[in-house]
Amino acid sequence: MTVIRFANVSKEYPRTGVALHDVSFNVNKGEFVFLTGPSGAGKSTILKLIYFDELPTRGDVWVSSTRSKGVSRKEISLLRRKLGVVFQDFRLLEDRSVEQNIAFALDVIGTPQDKIHAKVSRLLGQVGLSSKATSMPRELSGGEQQRVAIARALANDPVVLVADEPTGNLDDRATRGVFQLLREINAAGTAVVMATHNLDLVKRAELRVLEINRGAIVYDTDDEKRRTPELTP
Amino acid sequence: MRLAVREALLGFRRAPMLSMLSITTIAFSLFAFGLFSLVALNIRSTLSAMESRVEIRAFLSDSTTPESIAAAMGDIGGFKEVARVEYITPEQALERARLELGEFKDVFEAGFLPASLDVRMREGYRDPETVKKVADRVKVYDFVDDVRYGEEWVQKLYSIRNVATAAGIILGLAFAAVSIIVIGATIRMAVMARSREISIMRLVGATDGFIRRPFLIEGLVKGVLGGAFALLLTRVASSLISRYFIQTEFFDTRLALLGLLGGAVIGVVGSALSVGRQIRRVQ
Ligand SMILES: Nc1ncnc2c1ncn2[C@@H]1O[C@H](COP(=O)(O)OP(=O)(O)O)[C@@H](O)[C@H]1O
Ligand SMILES: [Mg+2]
Repeated sequence: MTVIRFANVSKEYPRTGVALHDVSFNVNKGEFVFLTGPSGAGKSTILKLIYFDELPTRGDVWVSSTRSKGVSRKEISLLRRKLGVVFQDFRLLEDRSVEQNIAFALDVIGTPQDKIHAKVSRLLGQVGLSSKATSMPRELSGGEQQRVAIARALANDPVVLVADEPTGNLDDRATRGVFQLLREINAAGTAVVMATHNLDLVKRAELRVLEINRGAIVYDTDDEKRRTPELTP
Repeated sequence: MRLAVREALLGFRRAPMLSMLSITTIAFSLFAFGLFSLVALNIRSTLSAMESRVEIRAFLSDSTTPESIAAAMGDIGGFKEVARVEYITPEQALERARLELGEFKDVFEAGFLPASLDVRMREGYRDPETVKKVADRVKVYDFVDDVRYGEEWVQKLYSIRNVATAAGIILGLAFAAVSIIVIGATIRMAVMARSREISIMRLVGATDGFIRRPFLIEGLVKGVLGGAFALLLTRVASSLISRYFIQTEFFDTRLALLGLLGGAVIGVVGSALSVGRQIRRVQ
């Protein structure tokens, strides 16, 4: 089942011009996809189109059952409740504790008050931070902060997790830990689309890779598989 | 909902000066409304106390026959504006004059005062214009020598009331406009201060309505506080006037609640006018 579908998508920004040109691809439910490519290639733009932070200039994006053409602000809000998004810079609320940051997200999507505490505990357990519940973000390492951000992204029980260079600010050990966590989340059924510069990580993982350059997909490991059918079981 | 209230309270703590300014301007707006409504209210109750006595007195010539008097009473009594018509004989007029002007009672002699028809107006028809209209209709009988009604100062009280009402509305609206501008500025700042929270709320799927809610609650609370402050000011003004000038009556509970409601409306409308535009600027 397809959860993300880009059909001939082009994106032009008002001042900088064409960022994506005629991009088409699908992501299936439960898939793990890397977006790679040089800086400025258009990776973040693709991710923004997935969580409808930007809308295509031409073409169409479907995520879950929401279509970009004619989408309303309300529909975008509802779609985001099926997505999780994490960034390189974590984007935590600095004046709230770890558990308050996660509870905030649960509160926003209308989780009943009596369910919030248990759910926060479960999410913290899932990302391995149960002991840091009352810490403030600045008291945590980068890797731990990213785990909090991931826990917050999972608050929605998302169908798709979008990660824009989630390990970009982390050392090797933290990178491996966060990546391992993303693999676990993916193994539990959530599709993950992750933009990254870390080619080591990409090579070792043997997952689907979309390579972007100058606003176009220049390489998709899936296409290769399709061309060499003996590799598919 | 709990989150919304918490965020709203946070707004007060983040910008206490601007919040106070919003509350104060709302209070001044409602104080202007309130003060002038108080004037209007008191004039009105004075007027209605007098109005219940408002009557048209038609003095009759001496030669009027009882039949024409009876016919005229029937006619006039049939006007929809008229509650009651009473025939006052010269003797009764004298008696009344003596009662009203006690110490001069010896001045009057029987036959000095003419007979009259006293016409009482129905409630709702006691304003100067209607009274004048009815008086004009009474004047057309040949045997009516003269008609007296509504003193000049009744007219004056009416115009004071109208001026007070107009002044209250204009000043009140001016302050309301200022408070809406101040609220707008407050919200602009509050949205900037909370832009990080707002963008995270967006990211996890908060609707515009949800993001707007704490700002509207904050506006509501400010409005009600402003309304309460205005009531207090008006109450103080009212007792000062009562003490040093004339006895005044204060608003009843219903009007006081209306004041709080007015504050709530200014607060919420002021917030609603700017919050939508402001939160759309945060992505
Ligand atoms: N908000 C924006 N406004 C204008 N231009 C933008 C914006 N975001 C990205 N761009 C431009 O679009 C191109 C692709 O950017 P981006 O998708 O961020 O690349 P990547 O994430 O691969 O580094 C770049 O040329 C960048 O300057
Ligand atoms: Mg990028």
